[in-house]
Amino acid sequence: MAGRWRRRLRGPSSLPTRLPLHVTTSSATDHPRPRSPADLFLSFTVLALQGFGGVVAIVQHELVERKRWLTREEFLEDWAVAQVMPGPNVVNLSMMIGGRYFGWRGAVAALAGMLTVPLAVLLVIALLYANVATHPGVAGALRGMGAVAAGLIGGAGLKLAGTLGGNPLGRPLCIALGAAAFAAVALLRLPLVAALAGLGAVACALAWRRLAR
Amino acid sequence: MNAPQLALQWSDWLHLFGHYLVLSLLSVGGAITTAPEMHRYLVDEQRWLADSQFNASIALAQAAPGPNILFVALMGWNIGMNAGGIGAALFGVAVTLTGILLPSTLLTYTAASWGHRNRELRAVRAFKAGMAPIVVALMFSTAWILAGADLPAAGHWPLWLLAAAAALIVWRTRIHLLWLLGGGALLGWFGLV
Repeated sequence: MAGRWRRRLRGPSSLPTRLPLHVTTSSATDHPRPRSPADLFLSFTVLALQGFGGVVAIVQHELVERKRWLTREEFLEDWAVAQVMPGPNVVNLSMMIGGRYFGWRGAVAALAGMLTVPLAVLLVIALLYANVATHPGVAGALRGMGAVAAGLIGGAGLKLAGTLGGNPLGRPLCIALGAAAFAAVALLRLPLVAALAGLGAVACALAWRRLAR
Repeated sequence: MNAPQLALQWSDWLHLFGHYLVLSLLSVGGAITTAPEMHRYLVDEQRWLADSQFNASIALAQAAPGPNILFVALMGWNIGMNAGGIGAALFGVAVTLTGILLPSTLLTYTAASWGHRNRELRAVRAFKAGMAPIVVALMFSTAWILAGADLPAAGHWPLWLLAAAAALIVWRTRIHLLWLLGGGALLGWFGLV
């Protein structure tokens, strides 16, 4: 089953580049892999410290294109799960990559690498910020960066909206469900749990029916 | 609005921890999708954070290197600072970060292998397809609230313009996000937004 899915994902053009034998096996049999949990910790620390305003692009570039710990196909699979599951996407992703090689020790090492040093850096920045927060220039700069940060999230939403074209729900239903969720959370300020549980259940039920056809 | 002075009890910290435990399980699409709920709870309902502190937590975490989830740690940091000092702030970091990560990481780690084996299942595909438009809409909601789109137009339209421009640029180009954040900081420093 896994092999069939991967062949569909890769498409016929890219199929001959890797042996079908390897397609059905788990990862890390035929490409480089981290040497140890310590290697994972250090690698993810370096990745995280390069990620301003989002780490996932760095993770993709470093781990797939340069270190080749993952194929692009494996990255896509893990990223899809990381997005569907609750929790910060890139943290989920790092944990899954770590766990793929060294079990829970690898997961913890990758998670700690992603969080420990960046957290220390951030707290130092926050402490410095507290001392200069009354400076009008600093307050203004933070206001400007806040507006840009809002825009970055909106831009990421625009990018993600582009992937909805292939959604089995179809465009009109996606727009209707999205608009309802936006109205509930952004305009009516309803608790998130209401939007997720209510609209999410409706959306999943609709998708379930569509997929039967 | 100035930072509130707080006298937090153990029960308050427990409520905070419990709130983030729940948000962790709801944070499909990333913890930032739960930012509206965090704002409603921390700023509107409990008044543990000033609106400016809430926004600064997200902006600082976006500006600093590292995963954006660390904005949650900064919220705990600021609540602790409002409640006493650096000791309480570090405790706040531990409470919020552990709360937002513990359930989701355990669940993801357990479910990842299961989902990997069963991705052809109709239920798995229905969940992915159904949640997709909701998750995207939640990102727009987050952007909307962070940009202060419900504030009075007078005096805020330059901020909206900046947010909209940043969204369009990041959507349409591959520019490094640091340039955009730096541009926003410069505009703000000189009082243009």
